[in-house]
Amino acid sequence: MTADELVLRLPSDVEIVVMRQFRAPATLVFDAWTTPDHLRRWFGRDGWSLPVCEIDLRPGGAWRYVHVGPDGAELGLSGEYLEVEPPRRLVSTERFDEPYFDVMGGGTVNTLTFEEDATGVTTLTMRVVYRSKDARDSALRTGMEAGMAEGLHRLASLLADLT
Amino acid sequence: MTDGLSLTFAALADPTRRAILGRLAEGEAPLKELARPFAMSLPAVAKHLKVLERAGLVERGREAQWRPARLRADALREAAEWMEPYRRYWETRLGHLDAYLDELQTRSAHTADRRDEGTSG
Repeated sequence: MTADELVLRLPSDVEIVVMRQFRAPATLVFDAWTTPDHLRRWFGRDGWSLPVCEIDLRPGGAWRYVHVGPDGAELGLSGEYLEVEPPRRLVSTERFDEPYFDVMGGGTVNTLTFEEDATGVTTLTMRVVYRSKDARDSALRTGMEAGMAEGLHRLASLLADLT
Repeated sequence: MTDGLSLTFAALADPTRRAILGRLAEGEAPLKELARPFAMSLPAVAKHLKVLERAGLVERGREAQWRPARLRADALREAAEWMEPYRRYWETRLGHLDAYLDELQTRSAHTADRRDEGTSG
């Protein structure tokens, strides 16, 4: 893997592994991932804002994000931290607010590791474990795109109009 | 996911099989040559090749003795396209993170420069 390259692997039927390198120390990458002020600056771009970003960074602590799209569509997700070992390791659960995302299996367990090498390059490895192969596959197919929430909201209101 | 794709991903999950595909990406090769880099028996490598064949990732020539294996690129492409939305999502997100980290570090480098100037002057 070289810098700027995203590596996507499917090591088993229920997992997705995403890896990417950053030219930054692990402490900074970890902070950017776990501090609301940082997250708002990079996680909510492309017309999406992150008005709710609550993080209780300790084992057993809760986290919750709400993304709001350009047309006001909301996408809420939340979970609990299971392991917090700055700046190397972060394990948490994650699930979407909306029940229609349960096609993706009602939640995942995400394990993130941040490994800094001697040159100061940090490799982020994100291992997402789904409850079933079907759940993993639908997440892969849809891309989990925040924009997908918008699409689903439209679909929901269309269905409401039709019935 | 279609059964074909399940087979593809199961086949891709093994490092030996990925190495075989890597070799075949350079051109077709007979079993003997494919086996050379590995510390395993010919039948063991033949077994891996069989899995790749069943997954549609590799085809074998008809020539009885030589039967060179070659890559079937379309099967690999199908597998890659299927994951594309997910890859795009994280490519964008982590690309933003990368840009943001650069921004932060440039800013703190400037601050450090100013501090250095302050102490020396």
